[in-house]
Amino acid sequence: MSGQSGVSIEDVRRVAELANLELTPEEEPRMQRDLNAILDYIAQLNELDTSAVPPMAQVGEVLKEGIVHAHGETLRADVVRPSLDRAEVMAAAPETDGRFFKVPKVIER
Amino acid sequence: MTEESLASLTIDQVRNAVAAGQTTATALAEMHYDRIATADKEINSYLALSRERALAQAARIDTMAQRGEELPPLAGVPVGIKDVLVMRGAPATASSLILKGYRPPYDATSVERLEAAGAVLLGKLNCDEFAMGSSNENSAYGPVRNPRAPERVPGGSSGGSAAAVAAGLAVATLGTDTGGSIRQPAAFCGVVGMLPTYGRVSRYGLIAFASSLDRVGPFTKSVRDAAILLEVLAGRDAMDATSSDVQPDGYVEALKQPVEGLRIGVPEEYFGEGLDSEIRATIEKVLEDLKAAGCEIKKVSLPHTKYAVPTYYVIATAEASSNLSRFDGVRFGLRDAEARSLAEMYRKTRDAGFGAEVKRRILLGTYALSAGYYDAYYKKAQQVRTLLTRDFLTAFHGVDVLIAPVTPTPAFKLGEKTDDPVKMYLEDIYSVAASLAGICGISVPCGETREGLPIGVQVLGRHFDEATMLRVAGTVEAAQARS
Repeated sequence: MSGQSGVSIEDVRRVAELANLELTPEEEPRMQRDLNAILDYIAQLNELDTSAVPPMAQVGEVLKEGIVHAHGETLRADVVRPSLDRAEVMAAAPETDGRFFKVPKVIER
Repeated sequence: MTEESLASLTIDQVRNAVAAGQTTATALAEMHYDRIATADKEINSYLALSRERALAQAARIDTMAQRGEELPPLAGVPVGIKDVLVMRGAPATASSLILKGYRPPYDATSVERLEAAGAVLLGKLNCDEFAMGSSNENSAYGPVRNPRAPERVPGGSSGGSAAAVAAGLAVATLGTDTGGSIRQPAAFCGVVGMLPTYGRVSRYGLIAFASSLDRVGPFTKSVRDAAILLEVLAGRDAMDATSSDVQPDGYVEALKQPVEGLRIGVPEEYFGEGLDSEIRATIEKVLEDLKAAGCEIKKVSLPHTKYAVPTYYVIATAEASSNLSRFDGVRFGLRDAEARSLAEMYRKTRDAGFGAEVKRRILLGTYALSAGYYDAYYKKAQQVRTLLTRDFLTAFHGVDVLIAPVTPTPAFKLGEKTDDPVKMYLEDIYSVAASLAGICGISVPCGETREGLPIGVQVLGRHFDEATMLRVAGTVEAAQARS
């Protein structure tokens, strides 16, 4: 983390592409400035030696047994049941033929 | 009952008045809508009203009352819903342009439970876009103003939920809290705001920001009302695999138990440099009140506290970058109609639909998860999250609850912090550690500054021990009423 601070405009463009965002030329330098400020601030995590600390993704992982169940036990029964009504879901879509979502052409011939 | 008296109206008062025939649920709903039509022009807390649904529910409650049937716990209680929770058929924008016009076909579990308990759903409340912010200035539909000081922010992200309760535009509201978004606006607006333990209340129907941190909780005018709402909201939901099957307690009943003998921890890291002197003095008074009520006050240490904000901003943005990828112009909301390819449509839709703070967080999260940086940022933050959680688990060996400030300062002015994201993020300094650890918390009004701005105090409790937390919060509130 330390020593690599200094996100370039190219980095901002690369990350924006990964995130499917198209930044305007005005937005790019501002995002670069903000990302660098935030990453500099985050760099203080390096003060801590965490080599022997397990990562925590969910609250339940760190609680003792019996408080929150482990994976799987809280899943609902796998039975067929009605889902959302297709017509209602499709009514919210920008473009649909009633059965499918329609999008611009994906593969050019 | 006059329109002015709405500001102090509580759940029990509504239920009793409706049951006794002194008023009707319909009249109460109409009074709230009248007040919204005038007072909310300046405050801007509501984004949409669900009048038809509210009045249909009010009519059902009135029929029950006329027949002398036993009324459910929230009978006729007008409530508002933060616009990141979905209500069937009502606009759900998350305060973003990208969801403009979207009307979801289902109810969030929390919304469904409120209505099943008799609540009258008035409408959807303004917030920061996708719940990202600490001032409600990141809404695509305009900022919310603090009813106690209109030139100041109501806090965020649940600014509309806090302001609506403070201004008497709802008896109670639902908000969500990912890093402080219930507790901080509650403190800024002078109302009660509760963060239930992670897993206590279902997240089904909550438009996700950071799934391992997001929680749903109530804003109310009293601790008792918060307990009543938690009893309705708490419990396992098959639609949310992270909701817990730990049996909820009788929270209202718990409020009757005295707090004598409880051990109150005061974490030294929460009272250091940067804390406003008036807030410090007010919380010291709270500690004296608790001591007078028979509690034992003990100093504790949560040594990793200073790392909570940077840890939070890695984990929350990483999860957000993944969650917000679903807004792509395909299934709901905005679409750029000019785009000629699918990839162009995604990018142009997202660029037009997301505001600056949302883009900033998506970029930061994407960066933290990208090849070569994952271990340095995301994994590191997850490891520090373990340390922060262990801090609390260790402290709770020696004490029953913790007392801390909610915010370093009282409500700030609109525009004061919008130029500097790190400065805005530091607003969360006393709230994010509890979010990362998953423990419960509540913000209770405990005084005012000389200028008359509300001050809140935070009571933090063990995982799934909302009952003890509420007892202490109730004692803090009762001491206020006496002084």
